[in-house]
Amino acid sequence: MAEATGSSKRVERPLSPHLQIYRVQMTSVSSILTRITGHALMVGVILAVWWLLAAAVSEPYFALANAVMTSWFGKLVMTGSLWAVWYHYLAGLRHLLFDARIGLEIQTAERLGWACILGSVALTALTLVIV
Amino acid sequence: MTYLTDRKRAVGAGASHTGTAHHWFMTTSSVALAVMLPVWLYLFGAAIGGTRDQVVAAFANPFTAILTALVLVVSMRHFAKGSAVMVEDYAHGTARKAGLIFVSALAAVIATTGLYALIRIAL
Repeated sequence: MAEATGSSKRVERPLSPHLQIYRVQMTSVSSILTRITGHALMVGVILAVWWLLAAAVSEPYFALANAVMTSWFGKLVMTGSLWAVWYHYLAGLRHLLFDARIGLEIQTAERLGWACILGSVALTALTLVIV
Repeated sequence: MTYLTDRKRAVGAGASHTGTAHHWFMTTSSVALAVMLPVWLYLFGAAIGGTRDQVVAAFANPFTAILTALVLVVSMRHFAKGSAVMVEDYAHGTARKAGLIFVSALAAVIATTGLYALIRIAL
């Protein structure tokens, strides 16, 4: 009120903490990673469905899709998608725990965030070994 | 006004306007995916790198075909509804409407394309 000298001029108010000045926390990082992995997975899904469509349609079409799928690009997308799906999987399980009112204490929530990240890397490695 | 119940006055007043239906859908679909995905990832991963005959044989298997169809439909609905929340978080006005239509359409196109491929392979 004290600064509001001109009636038409808007007062510069302090902003609430936002991404650029907020301290990086495991709870916020693990949350946004859930959204990022969920959306990034669409790249892998589109590649996989295209590959399946090509297998259904014809031999030359499958040769093209399979070449992309087994190229370095395809392997990069599939390996990245594998990590993304395991991360999203564990983060989803964490949400089910939160819904059941389990793990909501800050320290536990932060530990669960680390569990999602480390667990997803471990599960990705495990899947690559098995498959 | 006195004839309105407390519940009637509260319905639709929340930020989502639709109650907990969206949240509950994400919960049920996530549980379904949690059960199906480990098995499906194994079957899908094993099929990658094979010849066309091997891939067609793998997805012509009834269990693999039905599981893949379920994973496709459930995951694409899960994506469409989850992505809709992101659109609602970041976009407003016409961009929001266009974004909501886009993610819903994208999910439908991918699921339908996958089902078409499955039907051609398995039937």
